[in-house]
Amino acid sequence: MNLTLLILIPLLTAIALLLVPNRHVKWLALAGASVQLILALALLVIYRNEVAAGNTAQVFFQQQYNWFPSWNISFHIGVDGISVAMILLTAFVVIAGVLVSWNVEKMTKEFYFLLLLLSFGAYGFFISLDLFVLFFFLEIAVIPKYLLIGIWGSGKKEYSANKLALMLMGGSALVLVGLLGVYFGSGQHTFDLLLLSKVSIPVKVQMICFPLLFVGFGVFTALFPFHTWVPDGHSSAPTAGSMFLAGISMKLGGYGCLRVATYMMPEGAKEYANIIIILSTIAILYGAFATMMQKDLKYINAYSSVSHCGFVLLGIGMLTKTAITGAVMQMVSHGLMTALFFAVIGMIYERTHTRQVDEMGGLLKKLPFITTVLFMVGFCSLGLPGLSGFVAEMTIFMGSWEHNNSFHRVATIAACMSIVVTAVYILRAISKTAMGPIKESYQHLTDATWNEKAAAIILLAGIIAIGVAPFWLQDLISPGAEIIMQKIQLVK
Amino acid sequence: MLAPGLYHILFISTALFFIGVYGFFTRRNLITILMSVELILNSVNLNFIAFNKYLWPDKLDGLFFTIFIIAIAAAEAAVAIAIIINLYRSHQSIDVENAEEMKY
Amino acid sequence: MPNATYIALIPLLPLVAFLLLGLFGRKYFKQSAGIIATILMLASTLLALYTAYGYFFEYGKMEGVYQKLIPVKYTWLQFSETVSIDMGILLDPISAMMLVVVTFISLMVHIYSLGYMKGDERFATYYAFLGLFTFSMLGLVIASNIFQMYIFWELVGVSSFLLIGYYYDKPSAVAACKKAFIVTRFADLGFLIGILILSFYSGTLDFNTLIQRLTSPESSELSTALTSSFLGISALTWGMVLVFIGGAGKSAMFPLHIWLPDAMEGPTPVSALIHAATMVVAGVFLVARLFPVFALSAPGALSIVGYVGILSALIAAVIACTQTDIKRVLAFSTMSQIGFMMFALGVSKYGGEEGLGYTASMFHLFTHAMFKALLFLGAGAVIHYVHSNDMKDMGGLRKLLPITHITFLIACLAIAGVPPFAGFFSKEEILLAAYNHNPVIYYTALITSALTAFYMFRLYFSIFWNKEHNTICEEHGEGGFAMMMPLILLSIGAAAAGFIPFVNFVSSDGKVLPTEFHLQFSIAPVALGVAGIFFAMAMYKKPTAIPDKIAASLSGLYKAAYHKFYIDELYLFITKKVLFNLIGKPAAWFDKNIVDGLVNATGTGTQIISEKIKRMQSGKVQQYAIYFLVAVIGLAVLVIYGIM
Repeated sequence: MNLTLLILIPLLTAIALLLVPNRHVKWLALAGASVQLILALALLVIYRNEVAAGNTAQVFFQQQYNWFPSWNISFHIGVDGISVAMILLTAFVVIAGVLVSWNVEKMTKEFYFLLLLLSFGAYGFFISLDLFVLFFFLEIAVIPKYLLIGIWGSGKKEYSANKLALMLMGGSALVLVGLLGVYFGSGQHTFDLLLLSKVSIPVKVQMICFPLLFVGFGVFTALFPFHTWVPDGHSSAPTAGSMFLAGISMKLGGYGCLRVATYMMPEGAKEYANIIIILSTIAILYGAFATMMQKDLKYINAYSSVSHCGFVLLGIGMLTKTAITGAVMQMVSHGLMTALFFAVIGMIYERTHTRQVDEMGGLLKKLPFITTVLFMVGFCSLGLPGLSGFVAEMTIFMGSWEHNNSFHRVATIAACMSIVVTAVYILRAISKTAMGPIKESYQHLTDATWNEKAAAIILLAGIIAIGVAPFWLQDLISPGAEIIMQKIQLVK
Repeated sequence: MLAPGLYHILFISTALFFIGVYGFFTRRNLITILMSVELILNSVNLNFIAFNKYLWPDKLDGLFFTIFIIAIAAAEAAVAIAIIINLYRSHQSIDVENAEEMKY
Repeated sequence: MPNATYIALIPLLPLVAFLLLGLFGRKYFKQSAGIIATILMLASTLLALYTAYGYFFEYGKMEGVYQKLIPVKYTWLQFSETVSIDMGILLDPISAMMLVVVTFISLMVHIYSLGYMKGDERFATYYAFLGLFTFSMLGLVIASNIFQMYIFWELVGVSSFLLIGYYYDKPSAVAACKKAFIVTRFADLGFLIGILILSFYSGTLDFNTLIQRLTSPESSELSTALTSSFLGISALTWGMVLVFIGGAGKSAMFPLHIWLPDAMEGPTPVSALIHAATMVVAGVFLVARLFPVFALSAPGALSIVGYVGILSALIAAVIACTQTDIKRVLAFSTMSQIGFMMFALGVSKYGGEEGLGYTASMFHLFTHAMFKALLFLGAGAVIHYVHSNDMKDMGGLRKLLPITHITFLIACLAIAGVPPFAGFFSKEEILLAAYNHNPVIYYTALITSALTAFYMFRLYFSIFWNKEHNTICEEHGEGGFAMMMPLILLSIGAAAAGFIPFVNFVSSDGKVLPTEFHLQFSIAPVALGVAGIFFAMAMYKKPTAIPDKIAASLSGLYKAAYHKFYIDELYLFITKKVLFNLIGKPAAWFDKNIVDGLVNATGTGTQIISEKIKRMQSGKVQQYAIYFLVAVIGLAVLVIYGIM
């Protein structure tokens, strides 16, 4: 399969959007997003066929073009199972995001253009095998968010947009420094991930570059204490913006932490693993407790994202194959779930014009579809079996428990405790929103429209597909995790 | 008659240079600032001529440079005066102190 | 080995009902939802009976021992080469028995609800939830893998949540469903960590392998699990205690019982199904499932099971004597009876006659399911008739609700342990097991069973005798055939289930348990039970002032029991004051002010610095020229003196 299609389609759709008259914009964007979804699914099928046919290459469908020969930078792309999983996630979130933005009136064309540009960046990020190209796409994925929040946002949007862009830029600056450190420090003068992974980077370089890269990517995935852009950013962003932010952007960080930082620098990862575990355990519990006190639905989901993304970092920090597989599963699961959660919040907000849980109540009566989805996504968040969250969290717990020492035990138990706290805040939020007596002013509300239903069903399909039959996702991810583990196991 | 040596000429050009610098920093009138710039340029010209004559009398590089600078200075003066005229039109003054919009 | 496909259908048929009614019920099956679900449930019940018959009488036994068969197993999630979550069916005596219990009670409730829930706005949704619950419960009992059990364990929790919160516009129902879910979730945390510990030491999640590895004395897994210790207690004991905490939460054992009385906010048939007969005994089932490990390798954990069981039984019985809401009385009675099952397991040993407690516990589980479901459904009929849950609004209903009256009486006699009703046999066995092993538990249990008889007949007399009921409700009478049929069927069960020779089928090691009936032993419990009944009769058959006087003379104790010993208030204090105010609020404050404050401070700091240095950018061209000159001179100096 030609992977360049994956980045060309969004880019071409985005450019085409600028050329067509306004009334066609939505449909064109939807068509583009559908093609993306089809491509991603086709990629999954083809990838699985290749694996079934006995192809054991580390990276599939490679392509390499010279880009900047004097610096040894080449446009090198390819996928493994982990990237396929992330690409699928992106495609699901993109189409759902396009669907829920159907009613955006203000500057529609530009809005969709930015959405598609963002997806272009995300796909590019997930398929690049050259670190410079990866960085290039990472930056592309950041800029549109600033505009999305700044222009179409709500509340204190300028503040949030600035905060988000500055913190993410700060993160990517650290990434850049780390990448340059690897470029020169490895003695290879190359950005090629596959080449770099074959040599062992000097331990001294790793000790400096690993934290730079990990923290840099960590900012994206809400590493404690660099998570404060999350609540403000999400709550100010328009619905699709929040979905992309939580569903895709935060995953860029997790993917980077795993694929770039941990994979290239196993010694560094081992050295700093305990710090990562401590920080992520704090994030898990602290995010969960902070969520308990929130009253705004978007803040609730944003803080809970801090907690859930903590699981991703915890899984990576545990450095066992099961835990790393779990971390990737959690990325996919959380991406789908949180995108859906934001979509539902957006739907509710469009109807009730409030996001304060205390002001709502009894919406189940008038909005059966929307609240049913809210229940499902809430249950997914609190780790109900049959939905994706459970599978991912349990895999991480099982992987974490493979360590036989009290430090890892305590961290795992602390992380397990969050399932109770999560239950508390999720039930509090959904019971206040959906249950109880309905307000007089909500009697006229109407249930979801076709586009909202489609968005919800697409994301729910993903969540249920993982929750009911996790083995396909695991089959996809574990070879990639295995390769990373092989490098880590070489370290004494 | 006492022929002037390299040092004499360097002395004069240095004096000319610092007079120009002094003028550049202390004058508020753009025309005089421009004149000071011309002084600086001419002190450089003098240096070129002098070094050329005393150190490499059989070469002409210094002379070429000088001619080059004179040409540039003429062009520069034309541009500068055009700027000054425009400035005068907009500010009714050619005092540099009055033209400080391009600040923080 | 049986052809397994049809066994998988037993849980899948209710799942079909759930999916069908959940997705399309609101639109297409608004009227027919009940019938569809009931037919599917009937098919499932027949299959379960067939399976149980086949297991017990045809292929289950091998050389006199009931085998643990695994006819179906699929790998669901592979963690490592040896550790994986499998979805499978484990057929052994207790799961075969539970299949029958769950499907039968669920079928009864399905039929009963046809009448009870008729005309409800969310009729289809109700049946969808019932289907989900039945599916999950069946999945739980046939689980072949401890993680599979955990998965269905959570699913029954959520079905319970959905059904308790069925009347979602009632704030009390909303609070109750949240409470039920969160309390059991808290307990499940223990279960989860327990699973992690057990799987780590045994290197498997499969029940059969796990039990085998953790019980056989020569296995290396067992010796590691016993030797590694934390706080002086072996890791295995920790694991088993944590697993038991999960079971205690689901089974409403003290002190995790607080959700059960509130759970009565759900529709009454739901209380009968979930909160009396099936889900709440999941904890007992869990302990029974892991019983060999408890009994052989972690006797310390097993004695905790015993003491928690007897304590819950006693406390619940005392509280039940003071409640006036009939469903709450039944809820506490359920808790008390589950306490019986728990301590029966707690006093049991593995194998042979010493294992009587195990058999007794399962027997009691079986009979209790019959009579307690009957009691709830009877109570439902009463509530349906008088539109109130409170005993004070009832009385003299025996003539108005004749069938309900008779069946309720049978159930009360059964639970009170009066021969020859079902409860007598199972309770005798429990008491005998306790008598043989632990006198403290035995005497406490004796008192508790007297109390049981007293509060059940207090309930009975208050509803059907006492003052005469004068408002005759003509609109629907007793509730029609759909509601009466389950009552009659269950009352047959409650009356006759005791004659099933349970010892032949269920025992801790799968062999037939040789027991004989000790007449002289039964005298004490039966006499105490009858005394309790007469005492209740004296106090409640006619409206008298005696109960109030007794209550007044015991004011402190009565008040404490009436308020359920203030345990709810304690929890409320912990959650509201400690969790929210001491952890949640500081965390939110810390995030808002410290972490976010630091970020903002970085921004402000940058701003202040740039405010200071922006003065350099004065717009004065000559000033710039000076900077330039200084810099040139500086550079020139550096270059000339060769520093660079």
